[in-house]
Amino acid sequence: MKNFIRKFYYGDIPEEKGGGKTDFKTSGHDWPLWEVFIRSKSGLDHKHAGSLHAADAQMAIENARDVYTRRMEGVSIWVVESKYITASNPEEAGELYEPAVDKIYRHPTFYQLPDEVNQM
Amino acid sequence: MPVQDFEKIFQNKIDGEVKIEPKDWMPDAYRKTNIRQISQHAHSEIVGMLPEGNWISRAPSLKRKAILIAKVQDEAGHGLYLYSAAETLGISREEMINDLHSGKAKYSSIFNYPTLTWADIGAIGWLVDGAAIMNQVMLTRTSYGPYARAMVRICKEESFHQRQGFEALLVLSRGTKEQKEMCQDAINRWWWPALMMFGPRDSESTNSDQSMKWKIKRKTNDELRQNFIDMIAEQVKVLGMKLPDDKLKWNAERRHYDFGEINWDEFWHVVKGNGPCNKQRLDARKKAWEDGEWVREAAAAYAKKKAEREKPKAA
Repeated sequence: MKNFIRKFYYGDIPEEKGGGKTDFKTSGHDWPLWEVFIRSKSGLDHKHAGSLHAADAQMAIENARDVYTRRMEGVSIWVVESKYITASNPEEAGELYEPAVDKIYRHPTFYQLPDEVNQM
Repeated sequence: MPVQDFEKIFQNKIDGEVKIEPKDWMPDAYRKTNIRQISQHAHSEIVGMLPEGNWISRAPSLKRKAILIAKVQDEAGHGLYLYSAAETLGISREEMINDLHSGKAKYSSIFNYPTLTWADIGAIGWLVDGAAIMNQVMLTRTSYGPYARAMVRICKEESFHQRQGFEALLVLSRGTKEQKEMCQDAINRWWWPALMMFGPRDSESTNSDQSMKWKIKRKTNDELRQNFIDMIAEQVKVLGMKLPDDKLKWNAERRHYDFGEINWDEFWHVVKGNGPCNKQRLDARKKAWEDGEWVREAAAAYAKKKAEREKPKAA
């Protein structure tokens, strides 16, 4: 889990003061990380709420209930282990979204219509 | 692209109020500062449960007990939101917990003061949570996305904490002579430590300048402290109590309250680990962690067994 989205360009996090040292002893029971998605009410999409650690999916759901819905914030919870999420790379955003950049005719405002039908 | 260009793009984003997200490039020092600040903040929420937990079994009524349990549970939740936010920067939960237990990582010194009477629970809600809110409201606009989102969630819940504290004191302030004295005594003991929560004076704080440039912080320690004093100096009148500072006086020219000198020796003393309860708090944390080891182990073993049992079905 330690390497999740970890990326450094010049140097690792040095040991002093920064929090995080490399020689910590691990118990081997560090539960995996899960991403939590919550539907706040019927009719709405599930939305990313945050993440938490749990040993398995059932425990992740129960922990998500305690951590993210103490005040009736949800009617449905999804959990997925973080390692199964593939994310796009922000540095490639330029190329990735390039096809959409020059297609302004996809927007309704591209079309100038007479006033009579302009509510269309 | 040379590093200078990355840094320029990064600073431009910050200046343009674009949030920094986990996978974005960021200077190493920005990552470090955020890890330090967010993990310290998380540790504070977790250790903050201890002084209040002290009064759960001795709350004066069932209502107060239920409220206090809910509040302490919120603090645990806040700690968890923040630990996850810090984890997006590449530190593991276990590393952070180890750093707390080894004494390497700090938490807010305020939680190294004891809770001697029931009124302390009210004073913590009103003054300690009140001071925390000043910081946290500012942090909802911090430049690192996951931290800002955690703070929005926390701020929504924090207002209940402050209100229940003030209300508990209000009841005492209208009670018997002994109850009034208890209320005043708690305010006397918590006032100065609450002011210290904002950290050293701007002229002495080492973190503030770069943090302001990166918009991790948006107000200086002194600004936040002054805002807090101005607010509390008015609210204390409703309680009919006094803040323990002879120099506290409205300054019409500055349009702020003037206040007396904070005892910075005491502040550094507690930060360095010599406060009234530093040892007790860390011992309690370590004991809870060690006592929970068999639960973590059992849950991991159970999950493994279950996964193995499901394997043949999938094949």
